[in-house]
Amino acid sequence: MIKVDEKGFYGRFGGAYIPEMLHPNVEELRENYESIMASQEFQDEFRGLLKDYVGRPTPLYFASRLSEKYGAKIYLKREDLCHTGAHKVNNTIGQIILAKKLGKKRIIAETGAGQHGVATATVCALMGMECTVYMGEVDIARQHPNVERMKILGATVVPATSGSKTLKDATNEAMRAWINNPVDTHYIIGSVVGPHPYPEMVARFQSVISEEIKWQLKEKEGRENPDIVIACVGGGSNAAGAFYHYYNTPEVRLVAAEAAGLGVSSGKSAATTALGTPGILHGSKTILMQTEDGQVVEPHSISAGLDYPGIGPVHAHLFDVGRGEFVAVEDKDAMAAGIELSKLEGIIPAIESAHALYALNLIEYAKDDVIVINLSGRGDKDLDTYIKWGKY
Amino acid sequence: MNRIHKLFNTKKDRVLSIYFTAGFPKLEDTLPIMEAIQEGGADIIEIGVPYSDPVADGPTIQESNMVALENGISMKKLFAQLEGFRDKIQLPVVLMGYLNPIMQYGMEAFCKKCQEVGIDGLILPDLPMQQYLDEYKELFEQYGLVNTFLISPQTSESRIREIDEHSNGFIYMVSSHSITGAKAGISEEQIAYFKRVKAMGLQNPRLIGFGISDSETFSKASEYSNGAIIGSAFIKVLKNSKDLKQDIQAYLKEVLH
Repeated sequence: MIKVDEKGFYGRFGGAYIPEMLHPNVEELRENYESIMASQEFQDEFRGLLKDYVGRPTPLYFASRLSEKYGAKIYLKREDLCHTGAHKVNNTIGQIILAKKLGKKRIIAETGAGQHGVATATVCALMGMECTVYMGEVDIARQHPNVERMKILGATVVPATSGSKTLKDATNEAMRAWINNPVDTHYIIGSVVGPHPYPEMVARFQSVISEEIKWQLKEKEGRENPDIVIACVGGGSNAAGAFYHYYNTPEVRLVAAEAAGLGVSSGKSAATTALGTPGILHGSKTILMQTEDGQVVEPHSISAGLDYPGIGPVHAHLFDVGRGEFVAVEDKDAMAAGIELSKLEGIIPAIESAHALYALNLIEYAKDDVIVINLSGRGDKDLDTYIKWGKY
Repeated sequence: MNRIHKLFNTKKDRVLSIYFTAGFPKLEDTLPIMEAIQEGGADIIEIGVPYSDPVADGPTIQESNMVALENGISMKKLFAQLEGFRDKIQLPVVLMGYLNPIMQYGMEAFCKKCQEVGIDGLILPDLPMQQYLDEYKELFEQYGLVNTFLISPQTSESRIREIDEHSNGFIYMVSSHSITGAKAGISEEQIAYFKRVKAMGLQNPRLIGFGISDSETFSKASEYSNGAIIGSAFIKVLKNSKDLKQDIQAYLKEVLH
């Protein structure tokens, strides 16, 4: 069974390795999130906003030309059509309602490429809550349009200037900010990472993805279960959402595409399961890229959303027990897959999602297998990267 | 008897613990700094084990961690530096560090090595009480290491009592809602918290840390506890020092006067 236990572990991964200063906050969340999420009032508001504000259900689109090329029945789960351009908003809608119910007044968040930051700033504007987003100084420079989007939405963007000045450090800064403001502030973590209950809570908010895939596939194919689900994994929130209702359906293969950067062994990679070892990062035990001495290694990927040295503990567990098939996709192959989808289907995907698309070339499947690829985000934010890459 | 227990058996107030980061400002400064702290009259030496992602620490200690790592410090190198330090240092010495580097070294190997070189206790901010009880308590006891828990103004009375029950050296009272080095001075609100904890009559001694920087804050904290811990302010002294020994002793003299 793939299921979180009472202490927040998936097998040997997970838990809540946090400084005592955060214990009251995390404990408050752990004690309340399940009952709040189960209440009719929460569900009505959450479902209502997903429908009318986010635009759910997102289509499950049969990609006929892509299917023809690869000799399988390929469906794209169109999370790229969500408001703000990616699946991230499913989680921020859920967490902001939760924060309101907990009586919190301020929201903080970390962001890498800025997608989660934008999704957080968006729901804060929607709910009239104060919003501060921590973002690495390096990412601020390379993701300028998203920084401005957050500011237009009324958020304050604070540069993280410590360490490597990217997502990992933005997460450190957000945790520090939470330690400094424990009473009135809720921290909206953007992925299935962090101390328990975050990984499970975020996965549940994202699980609407596989919930929809089930009934949509039933309508189209007369069956709820595809043969294969493919999703990209940085921290792994879109993958957790796409896999969630299939965790314990062994006939459905779960394929996780990690970012191999310039190559798994190039020293410029973010292929965590290929390169990582068990350790503790941002409050949970997981697999992470680190030196022999336990210092966290800076990852590399062309896609800022996959540029993270760890993975969510549930994914570490899927890897550990062999439930997930992990493939590593290099920058150049992801770019080619993104351009291929643009030409074949008229959809420019986020470069994160392009990693999932390329996985078609790395796995075995039978002719006429039904494959669902989670198209987690759209490529608008990546136009600069596509343009610089050329070759289209 | 563990040196921490021995200390608190004889000294009940104005206990001064000094934190510094191993391998900072220069790789080989670890031992000379320990000697200067001892000569300067402090009571406990707290050695920070550098980590790339110290989430409970503010900018000053983060920077010292980064510099120390760039200098080439590692767990192995630190233990090599500590080999034989008991010939010169009689004070209790505790290691303060994050779990991940220790896990990679191996928790049991780490505890064993601590005992071999003469470490008395550990402060691991990201090791929560429950995990300690479930996984590490026996190991720490087997190797004679005293574990120290933190409490903050947010910690509930029942949890403070639970922490007190499972502590056997001292309790580290984080002075405010903050990471290390965040605030200067002591507010009325903090004093109310110090008084509240003092009135609980805990079995373990309490040291107040975070935001203690000089004679005034040290004395103020000591009024409501058994003493205090200085970290960031001491790191700043090291960072700006041209003569470590002289500057450390001058600083400690000022704090303790």
